[in-house]
Amino acid sequence: MAVMTYADAAKTTLAEEMRRDPLVWCLGEDLGRGGVFGQYKGLPEEFGPQRISDAPISEAAILGAAVGAAMTGTRPVVEMRFADFALCAVDELVNQAAKARYMFGGQTKVPLVVREPMGMWRSSAAQHSQSLESWYTHIPGLVVVCPATPHDNRGLLKTAIRSDDPVVYMEHKNLWALEGEVPDGDPIPFGVARIARAGTDVTIVSWSATVHAATEAAESLASEGIEAEVIDLRTLWPWDKRAVFASVEKTGRLIVAHESVQVGGFGAEVAATVADALFGKLKAPVKRLGSPRVPIAYAPPLEDMLRVTPAKIAEMARTLVQQ
Amino acid sequence: MVPPTDSKANDAEQSIGNVQLDVHLRIRRIGYIDATGKVHGALPEFADTQELIRLYRAMVLTRVFDEKAIALQRTGRLGTYASSLGQEATPVGVAAAMRSDDVLLPSFREHGAQLWRGVSTEELLLFWGGDERGNDFKGPREDFPVSVPVASHAPHAVGVALAMRLRGEDRAAVCVFGDGATSKGDFYEAINLAGVWRLPVVFVATNNQWAISVPRSAQTAAETLAQKAIAAGVEGVLVDGNDVVSVRAAVETALAKARAGDGPTLIEAETYRLGDHTTADDASRYRDDAEVSAHWKSEPLSRLRQYLTDQGAWDHDDEEALLADCAAQMEVATEAYLAAGPWSPEAIFTHLYATLPADYRDQLAALKREMIND
Repeated sequence: MAVMTYADAAKTTLAEEMRRDPLVWCLGEDLGRGGVFGQYKGLPEEFGPQRISDAPISEAAILGAAVGAAMTGTRPVVEMRFADFALCAVDELVNQAAKARYMFGGQTKVPLVVREPMGMWRSSAAQHSQSLESWYTHIPGLVVVCPATPHDNRGLLKTAIRSDDPVVYMEHKNLWALEGEVPDGDPIPFGVARIARAGTDVTIVSWSATVHAATEAAESLASEGIEAEVIDLRTLWPWDKRAVFASVEKTGRLIVAHESVQVGGFGAEVAATVADALFGKLKAPVKRLGSPRVPIAYAPPLEDMLRVTPAKIAEMARTLVQQ
Repeated sequence: MVPPTDSKANDAEQSIGNVQLDVHLRIRRIGYIDATGKVHGALPEFADTQELIRLYRAMVLTRVFDEKAIALQRTGRLGTYASSLGQEATPVGVAAAMRSDDVLLPSFREHGAQLWRGVSTEELLLFWGGDERGNDFKGPREDFPVSVPVASHAPHAVGVALAMRLRGEDRAAVCVFGDGATSKGDFYEAINLAGVWRLPVVFVATNNQWAISVPRSAQTAAETLAQKAIAAGVEGVLVDGNDVVSVRAAVETALAKARAGDGPTLIEAETYRLGDHTTADDASRYRDDAEVSAHWKSEPLSRLRQYLTDQGAWDHDDEEALLADCAAQMEVATEAYLAAGPWSPEAIFTHLYATLPADYRDQLAALKREMIND
């Protein structure tokens, strides 16, 4: 079984898919040097400038060109560098990519992967740190993927590249160096959650980097005799309601934890759906844990205050279990 | 490679301090048949009488289509409609210059081009009637649907050209938009990207002088729209957009250049929107009738009819027969369009995803239950 980093898992997959299908290609800024985070290192040498296309700083045209190229039968993988920068191109994603199949009466499809590295990383300040995944879950036509582990960054990217739908693929910048076992290169289907840790007392639903905070919280809770079940959604649209319902039916308690701003975050959707479906089976109110509705601070101590930490998750779980 | 524009910096001896650089801008302006039907210079090779009649017929069909569509809208049988009255030469000239396997990315006043390329009158009525089945063309399968948002399809054209290049195909993309679109960031980003990668794309800016109620003079301080290409290292060409021969010649030249690997061209086709922006607009509220009347003198159909008449190739009977033909064609299309019936509400879900996620299956089931209850 191979051990690789989160970044290498994606790169390995991308290279495999590009070898398998000559119509898979990449487009974005700084790809010629191997990507701003090194996620494309070695690929320009292997595949050349036409398939690893280094673009001018022009997000709307990059994403728009990818939409056009996808509608013309190729499979572009677009690199936006930071999820924050994708906002320059979001018209192309929301008004064009998400709607083309529908508005074209089914004559076309948009097999497109938009990589949007997200999240807090080394004090990058308010315009380079956001987690905006919930915005995209609101848009019919888009698929939203937030991998948390090297294994998932391999299997989910494979599915994303082979998908005939536009996929917003949000890797967490703080996970690039995370090492993990990658058992195989099989595609991981969208909409199937992963039980990161089994438990019986409280369900913690999360995705992306916060999954690791939740797992750490669960380990410390275990020493106190509280068994938390941690569910990694992996994909937010579609999302695995069945897995979440099954867990909450068992535990009767739910916390949804995510790094993004709590107000209007995807946690609200999960919480409302569970409250609606399982009202009679809940032993405690459904809780959410996210960032305050403030810009992400540049100063490291202030940035740290905004994080959803294992301690915060564990504290909330303790309170719930005592109710 | 050397940019196709005629810009060059003053290469006088370098000196320290403030140096004047003379950058020369030059735009070609193409015009063959003027407003009175007189020819200037020798007509291009394609423009024999038979072909000119074909182009004329296409422009007349476009105008008849517009008239019928407006009549249908006014009687509650079509949605909001954007007529191309007065601009017919541009879409027809563009389409006539293209090969069938090139890809057209139209804006919303290009039905003349779509008809030429094999989109049917019935499909166009379906689309404007609010039915997405009308975008599922049986004819040019790879042509793009009408882009109602402004300039957002300009980057798509760059992508179409990239896909063609990736597959090593001898094809090109042609993207048509209005004068207002040239003020948008999408437009600038698209021509810049197409320029730096020397992609096989032709951008056609149909300058009909009005972006809804905003006149060309309020749109940009640039003297021409064509010159906007120059800053991107792309050739800009100005053409009489009311002369179908000029438009076709300009687009043919640009396409030949694109196919030869010599990069994109921006063509500004000067024309005039004789009608309202759409059926939801009343242009008399913001522009003078006198201005519109003056522009009727240079509209595209009468000049070509005059030229053909002068050549002894067209007469009153031909005209009557053509109008009757077009009207009959529209009657058949209208009948088929009205008989098509509404799309099933379930169709909302059909083309949303490649495979419908489970959550939508629940929503679809709920919709079906509602339909039964109603």
